[in-house]
Formats: sequence, C-alpha cells, structure tokens
Amino acid sequence: MLGLGILSGLLIVPLCGAAFILTLGEETEASKRNARWAALITTLATFLLSLVAWGRYDATTANFQLVETHAWLSETTRFKLGVDGFSMPLILLTTFLMPFCIGASWLSVNTRVKEYFVAFLVLETTMIGVFCALDLVLFYLFFEAGLIPMFLIIGIWGGKRRIYASFKFFLYTLLGSVLMLLAIMAMYWHAGTTDIPTLLHTRFPVHMQTWLWLAFFASFAVKMPMWPVHTWLPDAHVEAPTAGSVILAGILLKMGGYGFIRISLPMFPDASQAFAPMVFALSVIAIIFTSLIALMQTDIKKLIAYSSVAHMGFVTLGLFTMNEQGIQGALFLMISHGIVSGALFLCVGVVYDRMHTREIAAYGGLVKRMPLYAAAMMVFTMANVGLPGTSGFVGEFLAMMGAFRANPTVAFFSVFGIILSAGYALWLYARVIYGKLEKPNLQGILDLDLREKIIIAPLVALTIYYGVHPAPVLDTFAPSTEALMQSMRTALSNTQTAAATLPSVSR
Amino acid sequence: MNAAQIVLPALGPALPELILSIGVLVLILYGAFRGERSAEGVNVGALILLVLALFAVMSQSGAKITTLNGSFIIDNFSKVMKALILLGSAATILLSRDYFQRERIDRFEFPILLILCTVGMMVMASANDLISLYLGLELQSLAAYVIAAFHRDNLKSTEAGLKYFVLGALSSGMLLYGASLVYGFTGTVSFPGIVAALDGTAGFGIVLGIVFVAAGVAFKLAAVPFHMWTPDVYEGSPTPVTAFFASAPKMAAMAMTVRLFIGAFPDVTAVWQQIIVFVAIASMALGSFAAIGQRSLKRLMAYSSIGNVGYALVGLAAGSQEGIRGVVVYMIIYLAMTLGAFAVLLSLRRGGQMFETVDDLSGLSRTHPVLAFCLAAMMFSLAGIPPLAGFFAKYYVFAAAIKADLVALAIIGVVTSVIGAFYYLRLVKVMYFDEPVAAYEPMAPGTRIVLALASLVVVLFGIVPAPLVDAAGAAAKSLF
Repeated sequence: MLGLGILSGLLIVPLCGAAFILTLGEETEASKRNARWAALITTLATFLLSLVAWGRYDATTANFQLVETHAWLSETTRFKLGVDGFSMPLILLTTFLMPFCIGASWLSVNTRVKEYFVAFLVLETTMIGVFCALDLVLFYLFFEAGLIPMFLIIGIWGGKRRIYASFKFFLYTLLGSVLMLLAIMAMYWHAGTTDIPTLLHTRFPVHMQTWLWLAFFASFAVKMPMWPVHTWLPDAHVEAPTAGSVILAGILLKMGGYGFIRISLPMFPDASQAFAPMVFALSVIAIIFTSLIALMQTDIKKLIAYSSVAHMGFVTLGLFTMNEQGIQGALFLMISHGIVSGALFLCVGVVYDRMHTREIAAYGGLVKRMPLYAAAMMVFTMANVGLPGTSGFVGEFLAMMGAFRANPTVAFFSVFGIILSAGYALWLYARVIYGKLEKPNLQGILDLDLREKIIIAPLVALTIYYGVHPAPVLDTFAPSTEALMQSMRTALSNTQTAAATLPSVSR
Repeated sequence: MNAAQIVLPALGPALPELILSIGVLVLILYGAFRGERSAEGVNVGALILLVLALFAVMSQSGAKITTLNGSFIIDNFSKVMKALILLGSAATILLSRDYFQRERIDRFEFPILLILCTVGMMVMASANDLISLYLGLELQSLAAYVIAAFHRDNLKSTEAGLKYFVLGALSSGMLLYGASLVYGFTGTVSFPGIVAALDGTAGFGIVLGIVFVAAGVAFKLAAVPFHMWTPDVYEGSPTPVTAFFASAPKMAAMAMTVRLFIGAFPDVTAVWQQIIVFVAIASMALGSFAAIGQRSLKRLMAYSSIGNVGYALVGLAAGSQEGIRGVVVYMIIYLAMTLGAFAVLLSLRRGGQMFETVDDLSGLSRTHPVLAFCLAAMMFSLAGIPPLAGFFAKYYVFAAAIKADLVALAIIGVVTSVIGAFYYLRLVKVMYFDEPVAAYEPMAPGTRIVLALASLVVVLFGIVPAPLVDAAGAAAKSLF
C-alpha cells in the first residue's frame, strides 16, 4: 500500500479521522454527533490496527521490528519507524486509552466539538509517533508536536485558570526540550547520522556523554516530571478537561520515561552511571515530598496529579538502578500507572460532570448513592496505593527490589512513598466515598450510566488482570531489557578497562 | 581602440534583470499615457514581468558565470535568492491590489517602483564587487523610501518614509565608507580581488572597513543595534508595503550579506565572525523580549522580523557551507511565514476600516476558522514548533552553529526562541481562547492565493523537505 507499513498506518489513520471531522459542517447537534462517532470509530480503528501490529510483532527478540524507512531530510536523517519491546506496549497503551478519552468527552464537551476531537486525534498521531520513531530528529519532531494540540485542549476546554496553565505547560516543556535538540545536533555531527539503531551502537566519548546526558535529562525530567521541575503538571492537570488529564497522566508522562530507556541509558551508559546517584536523590525527594504535598490537597485532581509525580519517582528510580528488576519494574509501572491514573481521572470526571466541582470537601458518602462507582474507585485507589493483586503492586515492588540491589539506602527511603501513598489515597477515598451523605445537592446523584460502565469496566478488569498475571507485559519488555543490560555492561566494562590502562585522553 | 574593446559584455546572465528593467520602462510609458486609469493594467503587467523574470531565473543552469568585467555573478545561490525576491515581490502585488483600491491610493506608480526595487534587489544578490553591490542597494533603497511614504496623505506613512530615508542614507554612507576603506587597503573592489589581496590576513584598516560595512548591512537587514527604524517604518507604511519590507528586501539584504562576507572575506572569518555572533545574539534577544509588550500587530511583526534575522545570522556566523545552507533554508521558510502572516493581517477589514491590534484577533477561530488556523500555523511555525516549517529553519542554522563549535550562541538562540514563543502563543491564545468580536469581510482573491501558498509551504515542508533543502544545499555549495 504505497510502500507504507503498518506503523505509518497507525500515524495516518488518526489524521484521516481528523481530516474527515474537519469537513463536517457548522456546529449543529447532528454534526456534533457525527464528530463524536467519527472520532470514536477512528480511535477504535487505530486500536485494532495496533492489535494487528501486535499480532505481527515477535515478542521473543530485542530487534527492531516492523521497520519502515522513507526519504526525509537527508540520507542520514530518514523517516524511520519501528518498534521493539520498549515501545510496543506503550503504543498499545496509547491506542487503548484513546477510545476511553473520546468516550469520556462524549457529553462533557459540548462546545467546539469538532475542533476538540481533531485536536485529540492529532495528539494521538504525535504520541504514537514518539514511541515508534527510530530517528532522533523524528523523535524530537513528534515529542514537540504534541505540545500544539495539548496547548489547545487545555486552553480552550479547560477550567478557570486554563490560560495560565496552558502557557505554563507549553513554555515549560518547550524550554526543557530545546536543549535536547542541540544535543541531537551534536550527536549528528559526531556520529554522522540520527538513526537510533546506529546510535545505539555508537560510543560517545565520556566527556561528551556528560553534556549530552544533561541536555536530554533537561527535557525528559520536565516531561516525566521529576522534582523540582514538576510544577507545570498540577496546574495542567487541574485545568485540563477530563480526557486531557487522562492523556497527560496516561501517556504524555510516559514519554519522559521512554526517552530515558530509549536514549539516555543505552546511548550514554557512562554518564547514566555517573549521574545515577543524582537521579536517585531526585527520585526519593519526589516520592516523599510530593506524597506529603498530596496529603495537603483539597482538590481531587491536584491530589492525583501529585501522586503521579510520586509514582514517576519510582519509575526514574527503577530505570537508573540499571539492573533487570529495576528496569522491568519501572517499565511495568509506566504501563500500570497509565491505566490506573487514567482511570482515576476518568472517575473524577464522572463526579465532576454531575457536580461541577473537584473540591474534596464538596463530596462525602457517595457509596450510598453510587455503589458501582465506589467499587470501581476502590480498585483504582488500591492499585494506586500498590496493593498486592493490583497492577500497581507489581511495578513498585520490582522497582524497589531493583533499588535495593543498587542502593539499599535509597530503597529504604522510597518505601515511605508506599506508606504515604496509602495515606493520601485512602484518605481521599474515605472523604469522598464514605462518611455520611449530608450534602443536600448530593442526595440526587446518580450511579454510573451505561456509557460510564462501558468506559470503566475494561479498566477495572485490566488493573486486576495485570495485578495477578503481569507476565504478558513483562515478557514483552524482557528481551529488550536483556539486550539493554548486555550493551550497558559491555560499555561500562570497556570504559573501566580503558580508564585503567590509559591516562584519560583529551581532545 | 581595437575592435575587441567595443564588444558588449555578455548580457545573457543578466536576462531577468533586463526583462524587468525594459519592461518597467514600457509600463511607465503606458501609465503616463493612460493616466490614473492605468493602475489595473500596470499591476497586471508588473505581475507578468515578475513571472517572466522568475522563469528566466529558473531556466539558468546554476553554473557559475561572471559578466560585466566580473562585477556581476550568477550561480546557484543567486538563482535561489532571486527566485525568493521575485516571489516576494509578486506576492506583494497580489496582496496590495485590494488594499490600495479600498484606501483610494491605487496609483500606477506603486508596481513600477516595486519592480525597480526588485531590480535593485536582484543586482544585490548578484553583486560580485563593492560598486555593483552599492548600486543595487541604492536602487532598492530609493524605491523603498518612496513606497514607504506611498500613502502620502497619511501622516504616519510620510513620517515612515522620511525616517527610513534619513536613517537609510546614513547607513548607506557607512557602508560606502567601509567599502572605501577596504578599497584603499586592498586596491580593488572586486570580491575575488579582495580575497587575493588580503591573502588570509587582515590589518587594522581592513578590520575598520569590515566593521563599517557590517554596520551598513546590519541596517539593511534590520539587525540589532541598527534596527531602530524598523518598528516605526513597519507601523507607518501601508500594510502591503510592510509585508513587502518584511519579505523581499530581507532576502536581498541577506543575499548581499552572505555574498559579501563569504565572497570577499572568506579567509579572515575570525574578524567578522564575532561581529555577526554579537549581532545575531542581540537581534534574537531583542526580537523576543521587545515583542512581548506590543499591541500593534505590525510592530509585533517588526520585532519578529528582527528576531528572525538574528536566527538566520546564526547560520552565517558558522561561516561554513552548512551554515549558508541553513541561512538559505531559513530565508525560504521565513518568506512563506511572513507573507502568510501579512495575508491574514490584510484580511482584518470591516466597514472600510483596517484592524491592526492584537485584540482585534479575538475569537478569530470562531468567526473565521480557516483564517485563524492558517495564522496559528504561521505563529507556531515562527515559534519553531515542529512539525511546521519554522522548526526546520531553526534546525539547520543551529545544527551549523553546533558544528562550528558555537555552542553558546546556539544555546542562547534556543532559549530566546522559547521566550519568543510566548508572544506567538499569545496570538494563538487570543484567536482560540478569547471570545469573538464581530466578523470581518471576506478575503480578497489575491490575499487568498498568497495565504494558501504560504500555508502549504509551512505545513507540508515537514513532510517533503527534500526539494527546498536540496536547492538550498546547492546554493550554499556554489559559494564555497
């Protein structure tokens, strides 16, 4: 088909849907309905296509698969796509979450419906692009391009302080990323190509690695977000519409982690090892400090936002342990957090659509009127806490196990994160769901309707399924993790032998 | 006197310039005989001349040919830059028709002055010695002073023309002074002659000459610290003229700058590199900071153009073939972005009045979705956000700077581009987040064409970049 592979298809299908929605006429009830259905069908089609890609994917090898390459900027900077064990699950997570976002916006977005779904579909393309780009410039292109639709989503359909939040989100992440662009250029002039598979086997001089690592870190740390550059996230989360929060927490935050595992760790192993203590420190601060902040929140979404920062702390902690358990745990936590935090934001959206407030104090005793909702929320809260039997447990456990191997002190402090997360999550649950149903305006609140049941049920099922049977996800990651460990070990031992035999050579 | 000396120099390489020069004389006669009613015909004639000249330029092989005793050169670089200049001028004619008719200043002199200006710019792009460079520059400048004041009953417009003239004359003087110093210390005005005479060393006199010449070209480029005229002239001139100033003359000035520094002083890079680095940093910084407080769209575009010249100069500062390729790519994309933005500006008309402030864009996405979408694309592109063309423009110049070890320059550049992104985003915010004001009148056909073409370049460049990048690469190669 025009020489395009299945990954190009994943990029093109949402764009086609967006183009179709643009052709719909004036904003009438009929065109709104058409836009919603078109968006839903497009995202479902994309999901099915990604399942086809998954079917063709061989999970037993660490090689890049489904690779396709097209002429682009030059012979050395090509439009190259491909997936491996790190990216395939994240692509599936993206395409899986998108229909839920469309469903969650079905009724709550009622103005400028066309533009809304166009922005979401374009955003989907850029997110898939980030995960399957096999060229650094292409990676950067998708990484940044996602800012445009997200800026519009927060700014047009957001809450009261939407303009402040959208500008902060955009400029903060842009400032983080531009240094990465310069690093990409420096890598290009050194290696002569921006092809990721080639760069994975390129050894950069140690002093150069330091600078490159820092430039990439600036970008990924903001995107993650790591303490202390996390402050854009609570603002963006609180102001974004429900589906925007789901995408932010579910997928955009994973781009930082993906960047670490795709670029920082394998390409700059020496610098990664040198900077690991710093990352540990920042991660532990993030885990404890933002958990404490979460305890103080009066806004449900803000609380979940801070809990996301804390969980991302576990991800960075796990990644930089540089052992199998830590990395596998971090990767699993990324998938699990994508599902769980997305689901939590969807749950907040359910009550927000009814009451139009996110103040914790405005709720209480919901279990009496909304038993199904209470049950679903309980599963996600427990998964957020990391209760055994939910997907949250597996990732955090593995990450901490890895951390214990790498640095027991760090592991010791990170455990407080689990305790604190139980504190804020259970407290939130107690204040919103339990207690007396006293507020007069809550008396008539209705339980989940059919649309909401359809949205939430699969997420509940997945949360529990991956909690008791994490193997499918872990097995997909395994070969790539293995290969990464292998290459890092070789690289690091080479450096050590070089350092032992030769005095350091400067240019 | 023997026969060989009276043989005319080969004029074939200057065919596009000749087409325009001869054609414009015919148009003057036509205009003079027909009087005021001839404006329509002269405009069409001017457009045809520009298209013919564009064909003549495009049919050049791109091989390096000098003529007129070595003072005039054509190569791939001049080919690309001339094509850009002609496109900018043609777009100006398309943009100006409707505006001038409605403002009742629809006179046949405008297209004629525009063509004369274009001839001057093309000579600038082809100048291979200091004399022809100055001649082209003055032809361009004199015509530009007049069209800045073209709305002659308007106080602001005449003030803009006068300001432009006084300051422009000063800068021409500086350039001429610098040129005379260079001539005095090398004994030649031809660029290859200067290279040979310098032989890789630059004495104090030459340095002084280069400084003065640099000051002169910085004025023409509207680069800091010689940018002061820009906001006033941009604001005062009729909007299509502002669109013109922001597009074609920038191409010519950049072509001239590149040809001068790379052609005449390639072996003394160290002398001028620090000047260009300073000018680039100052322009990028001022372009980003000063635009933040602007309410007038025309002043905002003025600061934006100052900033953009700074980014393009980053490529020149690198002084390498990659750098010049970056400059050319930057200018191609800058031309499309600027013309597109001005096409939108020229469409903000309601009840016989033009609207020119940021607030007049309020809610444009509700009243004119296509217009707002195009302007938003231009703004994101100017801010350098991928996948729009502006990203690739910045990519190439900064990549060249990194390769030339100008890391600090590149870092300052990307940081100022983030600051600059703030005001571009503000326009998007006003259009998309704010409540709408009343709708504007439908766009004029000429404006529509320019906006459509510019939007195509800005949006599609990321998907098929190769043709333009290859052309820029060939252009850069011909200079080294």
